[in-house]
Amino acid sequence: MAPLIKIRDLHFNRGDKVIFNGVDIDIYRGKVTAIMGPSGTGKTTLLKLIGGQLKPDRGSVEIDGQNVHKLSHSKLYELRKRMGMLFQSGALLTDINVFENVAFPLREHTKLPESMIHDLVLMKLQAVGLRNARNMMPAELSGGMARRVALARAVTLDPMMIMYDEPFTGQDPISMGTLVNLIRRLNDAMGLTSIIVSHDVAETTQIADEIYLLSGGKVVEKGTPETLKTSGSDWVKQFLQGLPDGPVPFHYPGNDFGKDLLNSEEKR
Amino acid sequence: MIEVLRSLGRWGLDTFQRLGRGHIFLMQMLAGMPSLAFRFSLVVQQLFYVGVLSVLIILISGLFVGMVLGLQGYNTLVDFGAEESLGVLVSLSLVRELGPVVSALLFAGRAGSALTAEIGLMKSTEQLSGMEMMAVDPMRRIIAPRFLAGLISMPLLAAIFSAVGIFGAFLVGHGLLGVDDGAFWSQMQAKTDWYEDILNGVIKSIVFGFVVTWIALFEGYDATPTSEGVGRATTRTVVHSAFAILGLDFVLTALMFGDI
Amino acid sequence: MNSKRSAEILVGLFVAAGIAALFVLAMKVSNLGDFTDDKGYEVVANFQNIGGLKPRSPVTMAGVRVGRVSSISLDPDTYDAKVTINIYPQYDNIPMDTSASIFTAGLLGEQYISLSPGADDFFLQDGDIIDLTQPAVVLEQVIGQFLYSTAEGE
Ligand SMILES: Nc1ncnc2c1ncn2[C@@H]1O[C@H](COP(=O)(O)OP(=O)(O)O)[C@@H](O)[C@H]1O
Ligand SMILES: [Mg+2]
Repeated sequence: MAPLIKIRDLHFNRGDKVIFNGVDIDIYRGKVTAIMGPSGTGKTTLLKLIGGQLKPDRGSVEIDGQNVHKLSHSKLYELRKRMGMLFQSGALLTDINVFENVAFPLREHTKLPESMIHDLVLMKLQAVGLRNARNMMPAELSGGMARRVALARAVTLDPMMIMYDEPFTGQDPISMGTLVNLIRRLNDAMGLTSIIVSHDVAETTQIADEIYLLSGGKVVEKGTPETLKTSGSDWVKQFLQGLPDGPVPFHYPGNDFGKDLLNSEEKR
Repeated sequence: MIEVLRSLGRWGLDTFQRLGRGHIFLMQMLAGMPSLAFRFSLVVQQLFYVGVLSVLIILISGLFVGMVLGLQGYNTLVDFGAEESLGVLVSLSLVRELGPVVSALLFAGRAGSALTAEIGLMKSTEQLSGMEMMAVDPMRRIIAPRFLAGLISMPLLAAIFSAVGIFGAFLVGHGLLGVDDGAFWSQMQAKTDWYEDILNGVIKSIVFGFVVTWIALFEGYDATPTSEGVGRATTRTVVHSAFAILGLDFVLTALMFGDI
Repeated sequence: MNSKRSAEILVGLFVAAGIAALFVLAMKVSNLGDFTDDKGYEVVANFQNIGGLKPRSPVTMAGVRVGRVSSISLDPDTYDAKVTINIYPQYDNIPMDTSASIFTAGLLGEQYISLSPGADDFFLQDGDIIDLTQPAVVLEQVIGQFLYSTAEGE
C-alpha cells in the first residue's frame, strides 16, 4: 500500500541553523505515526512543512500523490480542507465562544443551514466531552479543555488526516489519559491518519503504530514501539529511558569548565 | 568605524526588506478585496471597531480644535479689522489641513494601534496560523475587511472632525466674541470651494486612511510573535503613521494647492 | 446576536453622520450650495478695473447680500471687464439706474460689489446692463497718487 504522506530528502534551514538535513518519512493510511525528538529538533517545523506553511530548501512532501509545495494557492487550500491540525496552544479564536470556534470551519466552507451546523457542532463537542461547555469563551477554558475543543474543531470537516503538535505537554494525568484515548478512538472510528509530534515517551509509545526518532536534522531510528525498545543504539536508549547523560551530553557544547574559570576576559 | 558602517548597512538592508515585505503584504491584501463583496458583514463588523469607536475622540478633539481656531483667528484678524473673515480662516484651515491631518493622527493612535495589537496577538497565539491550516486565508478573512473598514472610516471621520470644528469656531466667534453670523457664513461660503478645498481634503483623508491602515495591519502581521514584539510593533505603528501622514500631507498639499 | 445588532445600528449611524458631515461641508460651508439657487436673473456691469474681484464674490445692497458674481470676462472692444451678476429672484425691484461699485471689506479683506439704488420706475430685468459703475480702488494706485501729490506740493 502506498503511503498517504511521502517525505523525501527534506532539507530546511532557519538562517544559518540546519533544521533538517535529508529526512525521509512515510506515513501510512489509518495508522497513528509518532515523530519524536528532543525540544528544538524541528518537530513543529516538520508539521508546518507538511501543511505547506513553510517551503523546504530541498526535497519534497507528497500528500495523496500531490507535491504540497508545487500546488497553487487555491489547490493548497483545497488540500488543507482535508487536513486537520491541532496546535500546541490550541490556537482557538479568542473573540468567539467554544460553539462558534467549532462551527467556524463549517461556516467558512459550507452553506449548511443553521440547524444542521448546530447539530454537527454538538456532535463533535459530545465526542470530546465538552458539549456543556459550548457557551464558554476560550479564556475560561483550562489547557486540557482548550486542546479538546481544538480537536473537535480539527475534525468538524471530517478530514482524511490530522496532525497533533505536542498534544500531551502540560496536561494533568487525567486529561492526559483522556487525550490519549481520544486520539486513538478518533483515529479508528473516523478512519483517520494521525501524526503525533511529541517528546512524551510513555504516552506516545502507548498509542503509536510506528515511531520516527529525529535528532540533529536526521531520522536516527524508526520502527514499532517494541522494536525501538530493543534498539541497540545508545542515543535511542537514552531518549526512551530519559537518562540524564549519554550521547546527548548534559552540558551544552562549548568550552571546557576549567578553561572558562581561567578565562580572565569575562571576569572584568 | 567598520562596526558603525556595518550596523548602518544592516539597518539599511533590514529597512529595505521590511519595505519589500510591506509591499508584498499590500498586494496580497488588495487581492483579498474582491472576495469581500460576498462577505460584507465582515466589513460592517470592522467598521464598528475601527470607525464607531473612534467617533468620540474625533468629536471632542474637533470641537476643541475649532474653538481654539476661532479664538486665535479672531485675535489676529481683529487687528486688521477683518474679523468678518473668521469663517473663511476656520473653514479653510480645517477642511484643507487640520481635518484630514489631525483626524488621521488620532485615528492612528486610536484605531491603528488597536489593529496592530489585535493582529499581532492573533499571530503570537497562532490564531492566524491555525486559520491557514483550516484552509481559511487570513488575508481575506481577517486583514482585507479591516483594511476596507479603515479606508471607509477615515474620510467620514475627517468630515465629522471638520464639521464639528467649524461649529466650535462658530460658537466661539459668534456666541462669545460677537462676530456677525451672516458675515461668518457668507464669507466662508464665498471663499471655500467644493472642488478645490473640500474634495481635495477628502482625497487627502482617503490617502491617509489607506496608509495608516496599511501600516497598522502590516506591523501587526509582521510583528515578532511575543508580547514584547507586539508592544514594539504597536509603537512603530503610531510613529511611522505620524511620519507618513505629515510627509504625505506636504506632498499632497504641494500637488493640490501649491504651484511647485 | 443582540450585541451584533446594536453594533450594526451604530455602524449605520456612524456612516450616516459622516455623510451628513460631508453634506454640511458641501452646502453650508462651501459654495456648492450656491449652484442650486441659479434661479435668479443675470445683469451685466462693465468696470474699468475690477481689482481682486472673483467669480462668486458677493453682491450686496445696503450691506445685505442680494446676489453673487457669476462670471468675469474682458470686453474685446472697450477693454473693460465685463462682470455678470446673478441676483437672487426675490430682489426683483431694483431700479434701472442703480449704480455698482467695487469695495473692499476692511483694509485687506475681500472685494465685493455694492449696489446703490437709483430712483427709476423701471426695474432691472434678466440681461440688462448696469451703466453707472465705479472701478475698484487699487491700493497701490492710491498710495502712488498720494506720494506723487505730496512730492508735487513741496
Ligand atoms: N520563526 C522562527 N524563526 C527562526 N527560528 C525558528 C523559528 N521557529 C522555530 N525556530 C527554530 O527552529 C528550531 C526548531 O523549532 P521547532 O520546530 O519549534 O522545534 P520543536 O517543535 O521540535 O520543539 C528551534 O531551534 C527554533 O529555535
Ligand atoms: Mg514544537
